[in-house]
Amino acid sequence: MSTSFDKSALGRQGAPFEMDVERGKVREFARAVHATDRAFFDGEQPIAPPTFLTTTFFWERDVDGANPWHAVQMDPRRGMHAEQEYLFFGPPPRAGTRLYCRSRISEVFEKQGKRGGVLRFAVMVTEFRDAGGKLVAEARMTGVETEHAP
Amino acid sequence: MTPTAWDALHEGDAAEPLVIGPITRTDFVRYQGASGDLNPVHHDEPFARAAGYPSPLGVGMFPAGVLAAFAAGWLGPEKIRRVRVRWKEPVFAGDTLTFRAAVARCFEEDGERKVEVKLSCTRQTGAIAVEVSAVFVA
Repeated sequence: MSTSFDKSALGRQGAPFEMDVERGKVREFARAVHATDRAFFDGEQPIAPPTFLTTTFFWERDVDGANPWHAVQMDPRRGMHAEQEYLFFGPPPRAGTRLYCRSRISEVFEKQGKRGGVLRFAVMVTEFRDAGGKLVAEARMTGVETEHAP
Repeated sequence: MTPTAWDALHEGDAAEPLVIGPITRTDFVRYQGASGDLNPVHHDEPFARAAGYPSPLGVGMFPAGVLAAFAAGWLGPEKIRRVRVRWKEPVFAGDTLTFRAAVARCFEEDGERKVEVKLSCTRQTGAIAVEVSAVFVA
């Protein structure tokens, strides 16, 4: 079966982009995930909830070529988010932090599905650094495309 | 919530489960607005049906985010170092979700004391929708 899935995306690197961890956005996100710990809400610099870095959506879209995931060309009707990982190399960032971010397609591979059909996977890694270049966090997104609509 | 005393943590120790529901499409929309993921399959009924779903399915990162924040509230928002999410099945509006967290192991790595916790989000059917593995430092 033909597919739009593009293996040549492997190694594709996105343009660097910046992301400000904003107080109001941290609180809005914390409320949306039903968080109750006051550390996510109180003070001038509330801490970001563990999955807050998903809000790169708001920042990468304004920088041409920031998101190399488009190179994978996964069909939105057959593509799913298979796995997501966040690594923190110290405490998660607080409001008031500016992060310097860059994404790359780190893996593209296929697996035979349990119910028949080939599953196509791609992994995108995004690095988040502080103003001094120190690695603060890393996000790993794994997407899968099924041969047929789910 | 006061972070649990580390010396008192043991394999199998569990947080008091968090129950949320019935969840609504508003929960999905609020999460989508907060996260910036505006995939229409999570709020646009005709789009979701055309994609083969009975109704808009919940954003996978919504229950995952609830689970991770729940665990961070239990063991300390500043102490989390790793979150790994795996999805088993979607959640839908009308579901009542139960979020659980339990200690899987206490270990030392790179000279730091760490604890790995296993988290799950279960639908009212009993099926697991999302599993998360998280690591915290002492």
